[in-house]
Amino acid sequence: MSTSSRTPSGASMRTPRRKVAGLGSARSGTGHFWLQRVTALANIILVIIALPIVISMAGGGQEAVLSTLRHPLAALVLLLLLLSMTFHMRIGMQVVIEDYVHSEGTKVLALIGNTFFTIAVGAAGAFAILKISFGG
Amino acid sequence: MPGAAERPLSPHLQIYRPMLTMMMSIVHRITGVALYFGTLLPVIWLLAAASSPEAFATVNGLLGSWIGLIILFGYSWALIHHALGGVRHFVWDFGHGFGPQARELLAKATIGGSVVLTVLLWIVIAVVKG
Repeated sequence: MSTSSRTPSGASMRTPRRKVAGLGSARSGTGHFWLQRVTALANIILVIIALPIVISMAGGGQEAVLSTLRHPLAALVLLLLLLSMTFHMRIGMQVVIEDYVHSEGTKVLALIGNTFFTIAVGAAGAFAILKISFGG
Repeated sequence: MPGAAERPLSPHLQIYRPMLTMMMSIVHRITGVALYFGTLLPVIWLLAAASSPEAFATVNGLLGSWIGLIILFGYSWALIHHALGGVRHFVWDFGHGFGPQARELLAKATIGGSVVLTVLLWIVIAVVKG
Protein backbone atom coordinates (compact mmCIF):
# COMPACT_ATOMS: atom_id res chain seq x y z
CA MET A 1 0.00 0.00 0.00
CA SER A 2 1.56 3.32 -1.00
CA THR A 3 2.23 5.86 1.69
CA SER A 4 0.89 8.68 -0.47
CA SER A 5 -2.67 7.61 0.35
CA ARG A 6 -2.09 8.26 4.05
CA THR A 7 -2.53 11.29 6.23
CA PRO A 8 0.52 12.49 8.24
CA SER A 9 -0.92 10.64 11.26
CA GLY A 10 -0.76 7.35 9.34
CA ALA A 11 -4.48 6.78 8.84
CA SER A 12 -5.54 5.65 5.41
CA MET A 13 -7.39 8.16 3.24
CA ARG A 14 -8.81 5.39 1.10
CA THR A 15 -12.51 4.78 1.35
CA PRO A 16 -13.70 1.27 2.27
CA ARG A 17 -15.05 1.01 -1.28
CA ARG A 18 -11.64 1.81 -2.76
CA LYS A 19 -9.89 -0.72 -0.49
CA VAL A 20 -11.88 -3.68 -1.74
CA ALA A 21 -12.13 -2.63 -5.39
CA GLY A 22 -10.43 -5.25 -7.52
CA LEU A 23 -9.88 -7.58 -4.56
CA GLY A 24 -13.17 -9.39 -4.76
CA SER A 25 -14.03 -12.83 -6.04
CA ALA A 26 -13.97 -11.74 -9.70
CA ARG A 27 -16.66 -14.42 -10.14
CA SER A 28 -14.19 -17.23 -9.56
CA GLY A 29 -14.52 -17.50 -5.78
CA THR A 30 -16.18 -20.90 -5.81
CA GLY A 31 -14.06 -22.36 -8.60
CA HIS A 32 -11.52 -23.96 -6.27
CA PHE A 33 -14.18 -25.39 -3.96
CA TRP A 34 -16.11 -26.74 -6.93
CA LEU A 35 -13.08 -28.42 -8.57
CA GLN A 36 -12.20 -30.09 -5.27
CA ARG A 37 -15.72 -31.59 -5.21
CA VAL A 38 -15.76 -32.59 -8.90
CA THR A 39 -12.37 -34.33 -8.67
CA ALA A 40 -13.45 -35.93 -5.37
CA LEU A 41 -16.52 -37.40 -7.05
CA ALA A 42 -14.43 -38.57 -10.01
CA ASN A 43 -11.90 -40.14 -7.60
CA ILE A 44 -14.59 -42.13 -5.77
CA ILE A 45 -16.19 -43.41 -9.00
CA LEU A 46 -12.84 -44.23 -10.63
CA VAL A 47 -11.36 -45.91 -7.53
CA ILE A 48 -14.37 -48.24 -7.39
CA ILE A 49 -14.00 -49.08 -11.11
CA ALA A 50 -10.22 -49.42 -10.80
CA LEU A 51 -10.32 -51.67 -7.73
CA PRO A 52 -10.83 -55.00 -9.58
CA ILE A 53 -8.23 -53.92 -12.17
CA VAL A 54 -5.63 -53.17 -9.48
CA ILE A 55 -6.43 -56.39 -7.57
CA SER A 56 -5.98 -58.44 -10.76
CA MET A 57 -2.61 -56.74 -11.39
CA ALA A 58 -1.29 -56.95 -7.82
CA GLY A 59 0.43 -59.82 -6.08
CA GLY A 60 1.48 -61.57 -9.28
CA GLY A 61 4.53 -61.13 -11.42
CA GLN A 62 5.29 -58.40 -13.92
CA GLU A 63 3.38 -60.30 -16.62
CA ALA A 64 0.13 -59.88 -14.65
CA VAL A 65 0.63 -56.09 -14.70
CA LEU A 66 1.57 -55.99 -18.37
CA SER A 67 -1.25 -58.21 -19.62
CA THR A 68 -3.89 -56.33 -17.57
CA LEU A 69 -2.73 -52.90 -18.73
CA ARG A 70 -2.63 -53.98 -22.39
CA HIS A 71 -6.41 -53.91 -22.27
CA PRO A 72 -7.33 -50.36 -23.43
CA LEU A 73 -10.19 -49.97 -20.95
CA ALA A 74 -8.01 -50.90 -17.98
CA ALA A 75 -5.34 -48.41 -19.06
CA LEU A 76 -7.97 -45.72 -19.67
CA VAL A 77 -9.54 -46.12 -16.22
CA LEU A 78 -6.14 -45.89 -14.51
CA LEU A 79 -5.18 -42.86 -16.63
CA LEU A 80 -8.39 -41.05 -15.73
CA LEU A 81 -7.95 -41.94 -12.05
CA LEU A 82 -4.36 -40.68 -12.08
CA LEU A 83 -5.42 -37.44 -13.76
CA SER A 84 -8.28 -36.82 -11.34
CA MET A 85 -6.18 -37.83 -8.32
CA THR A 86 -3.17 -35.66 -9.12
CA PHE A 87 -5.45 -32.68 -9.80
CA HIS A 88 -7.23 -33.28 -6.48
CA MET A 89 -3.82 -33.62 -4.79
CA ARG A 90 -2.63 -30.34 -6.25
CA ILE A 91 -5.53 -28.18 -5.17
CA GLY A 92 -5.79 -29.98 -1.82
CA MET A 93 -2.15 -29.42 -0.97
CA GLN A 94 -2.50 -25.81 -2.16
CA VAL A 95 -5.06 -25.20 0.60
CA VAL A 96 -2.82 -26.87 3.21
CA ILE A 97 0.13 -24.69 2.15
CA GLU A 98 -1.96 -21.52 2.18
CA ASP A 99 -3.24 -22.41 5.66
CA TYR A 100 0.12 -23.06 7.30
CA VAL A 101 2.85 -21.24 5.34
CA HIS A 102 2.53 -17.52 5.90
CA SER A 103 5.89 -16.20 4.78
CA GLU A 104 5.29 -14.98 1.24
CA GLY A 105 8.49 -16.28 -0.35
CA THR A 106 8.31 -19.74 1.23
CA LYS A 107 4.64 -19.97 0.37
CA VAL A 108 5.19 -19.20 -3.32
CA LEU A 109 8.07 -21.70 -3.45
CA ALA A 110 5.92 -24.36 -1.79
CA LEU A 111 3.05 -23.71 -4.21
CA ILE A 112 5.44 -24.01 -7.17
CA GLY A 113 6.91 -27.20 -5.67
CA ASN A 114 3.36 -28.53 -5.27
CA THR A 115 2.63 -27.90 -8.94
CA PHE A 116 5.92 -29.49 -10.03
CA PHE A 117 5.43 -32.55 -7.81
CA THR A 118 1.85 -33.32 -8.79
CA ILE A 119 2.46 -32.82 -12.52
CA ALA A 120 5.64 -34.94 -12.36
CA VAL A 121 3.84 -37.74 -10.49
CA GLY A 122 0.91 -37.60 -12.93
CA ALA A 123 3.17 -37.54 -16.00
CA ALA A 124 5.37 -40.37 -14.71
CA GLY A 125 2.38 -42.59 -13.95
CA ALA A 126 0.68 -41.76 -17.25
CA PHE A 127 3.90 -42.50 -19.14
CA ALA A 128 4.24 -45.89 -17.44
CA ILE A 129 0.61 -46.83 -18.13
CA LEU A 130 0.79 -45.76 -21.80
CA LYS A 131 4.16 -47.41 -22.40
CA ILE A 132 2.86 -50.73 -21.07
CA SER A 133 -0.49 -50.39 -22.81
CA PHE A 134 1.13 -49.64 -26.18
CA GLY A 135 3.20 -52.79 -25.69
CA GLY A 136 6.56 -51.11 -25.03
CA MET B 1 0.94 -3.47 7.72
CA PRO B 2 1.61 0.13 8.84
CA GLY B 3 -1.43 1.97 10.08
CA ALA B 4 -3.55 -1.19 10.20
CA ALA B 5 -5.79 -1.48 13.22
CA GLU B 6 -4.89 -4.01 15.93
CA ARG B 7 -7.63 -6.55 15.54
CA PRO B 8 -8.50 -9.30 18.01
CA LEU B 9 -7.56 -12.79 16.79
CA SER B 10 -10.10 -15.57 16.80
CA PRO B 11 -9.32 -18.37 19.28
CA HIS B 12 -7.04 -21.04 17.84
CA LEU B 13 -7.06 -24.83 18.04
CA GLN B 14 -5.63 -25.24 21.53
CA ILE B 15 -8.45 -23.18 23.06
CA TYR B 16 -11.10 -25.77 22.26
CA ARG B 17 -11.83 -29.04 24.01
CA PRO B 18 -11.04 -31.81 21.51
CA MET B 19 -14.18 -33.16 19.89
CA LEU B 20 -14.80 -36.07 17.57
CA THR B 21 -15.86 -33.92 14.60
CA MET B 22 -12.79 -31.73 15.08
CA MET B 23 -10.51 -34.78 15.21
CA MET B 24 -12.15 -36.14 12.06
CA SER B 25 -11.45 -32.87 10.29
CA ILE B 26 -7.80 -33.07 11.33
CA VAL B 27 -7.55 -36.76 10.34
CA HIS B 28 -9.13 -35.94 6.97
CA ARG B 29 -6.37 -33.44 6.33
CA ILE B 30 -3.60 -35.74 7.62
CA THR B 31 -4.80 -38.64 5.47
CA GLY B 32 -5.00 -36.25 2.52
CA VAL B 33 -1.37 -35.19 2.98
CA ALA B 34 -0.30 -38.83 3.52
CA LEU B 35 -2.10 -39.89 0.34
CA TYR B 36 -0.44 -37.03 -1.54
CA PHE B 37 2.93 -38.68 -0.96
CA GLY B 38 1.44 -42.18 -0.92
CA THR B 39 0.50 -41.82 -4.60
CA LEU B 40 4.21 -42.35 -5.24
CA LEU B 41 3.76 -46.03 -4.26
CA PRO B 42 1.53 -47.14 -7.18
CA VAL B 43 3.28 -44.74 -9.59
CA ILE B 44 6.76 -46.14 -8.77
CA TRP B 45 5.32 -49.65 -9.02
CA LEU B 46 3.89 -48.88 -12.49
CA LEU B 47 7.14 -47.23 -13.59
CA ALA B 48 9.07 -50.30 -12.47
CA ALA B 49 6.69 -52.55 -14.41
CA ALA B 50 7.25 -50.34 -17.47
CA SER B 51 11.04 -50.39 -17.06
CA SER B 52 12.46 -53.89 -16.69
CA PRO B 53 11.83 -57.27 -15.04
CA GLU B 54 14.67 -56.50 -12.59
CA ALA B 55 13.24 -53.13 -11.56
CA PHE B 56 9.79 -54.65 -11.16
CA ALA B 57 11.14 -57.53 -9.07
CA THR B 58 12.88 -55.06 -6.74
CA VAL B 59 9.88 -52.74 -6.23
CA ASN B 60 7.35 -55.59 -6.11
CA GLY B 61 9.55 -57.39 -3.60
CA LEU B 62 9.71 -54.31 -1.36
CA LEU B 63 5.95 -53.73 -1.52
CA GLY B 64 5.28 -57.42 -0.95
CA SER B 65 7.51 -57.59 2.15
CA TRP B 66 5.97 -57.34 5.61
CA ILE B 67 6.89 -53.67 5.93
CA GLY B 68 5.64 -53.02 2.41
CA LEU B 69 2.32 -54.73 3.12
CA ILE B 70 1.88 -52.76 6.36
CA ILE B 71 2.51 -49.52 4.45
CA LEU B 72 0.03 -50.61 1.74
CA PHE B 73 -2.51 -51.51 4.45
CA GLY B 74 -2.09 -48.03 5.94
CA TYR B 75 -2.31 -46.47 2.48
CA SER B 76 -5.57 -48.32 1.74
CA TRP B 77 -7.04 -47.28 5.12
CA ALA B 78 -6.04 -43.63 4.52
CA LEU B 79 -7.60 -43.76 1.05
CA ILE B 80 -10.87 -45.26 2.30
CA HIS B 81 -11.02 -42.94 5.33
CA HIS B 82 -10.36 -39.88 3.16
CA ALA B 83 -12.96 -41.07 0.62
CA LEU B 84 -15.60 -41.57 3.33
CA GLY B 85 -14.66 -38.17 4.76
CA GLY B 86 -15.28 -36.78 1.29
CA VAL B 87 -18.70 -38.43 1.18
CA ARG B 88 -19.41 -36.79 4.56
CA HIS B 89 -18.53 -33.45 3.00
CA PHE B 90 -20.92 -34.20 0.13
CA VAL B 91 -23.69 -34.83 2.68
CA TRP B 92 -22.90 -31.47 4.30
CA ASP B 93 -22.74 -29.76 0.88
CA PHE B 94 -26.37 -30.74 0.36
CA GLY B 95 -27.25 -29.15 3.68
CA HIS B 96 -27.76 -32.32 5.71
CA GLY B 97 -26.05 -33.81 8.76
CA PHE B 98 -25.24 -30.63 10.70
CA GLY B 99 -27.31 -31.48 13.80
CA PRO B 100 -25.64 -32.45 17.10
CA GLN B 101 -26.56 -36.13 16.73
CA ALA B 102 -26.18 -36.32 12.96
CA ARG B 103 -22.65 -34.94 12.83
CA GLU B 104 -21.48 -37.27 15.64
CA LEU B 105 -23.10 -40.21 13.83
CA LEU B 106 -21.41 -39.24 10.56
CA ALA B 107 -18.05 -39.00 12.28
CA LYS B 108 -18.46 -42.42 13.94
CA ALA B 109 -19.70 -43.94 10.67
CA THR B 110 -16.59 -42.61 8.92
CA ILE B 111 -14.22 -44.21 11.45
CA GLY B 112 -16.14 -47.48 11.70
CA GLY B 113 -16.77 -47.64 7.97
CA SER B 114 -13.13 -47.00 7.09
CA VAL B 115 -11.87 -49.74 9.42
CA VAL B 116 -14.53 -52.26 8.31
CA LEU B 117 -14.04 -51.55 4.60
CA THR B 118 -10.24 -51.71 4.86
CA VAL B 119 -10.34 -55.09 6.63
CA LEU B 120 -12.96 -56.29 4.13
CA LEU B 121 -10.77 -55.15 1.21
CA TRP B 122 -7.78 -57.14 2.48
CA ILE B 123 -9.94 -60.20 3.16
CA VAL B 124 -11.16 -59.99 -0.45
CA ILE B 125 -7.56 -59.59 -1.68
CA ALA B 126 -6.43 -62.57 0.44
CA VAL B 127 -9.31 -64.71 -0.84
CA VAL B 128 -8.85 -63.72 -4.51
CA LYS B 129 -5.08 -64.07 -4.40
CA GLY B 130 -5.14 -67.24 -2.32
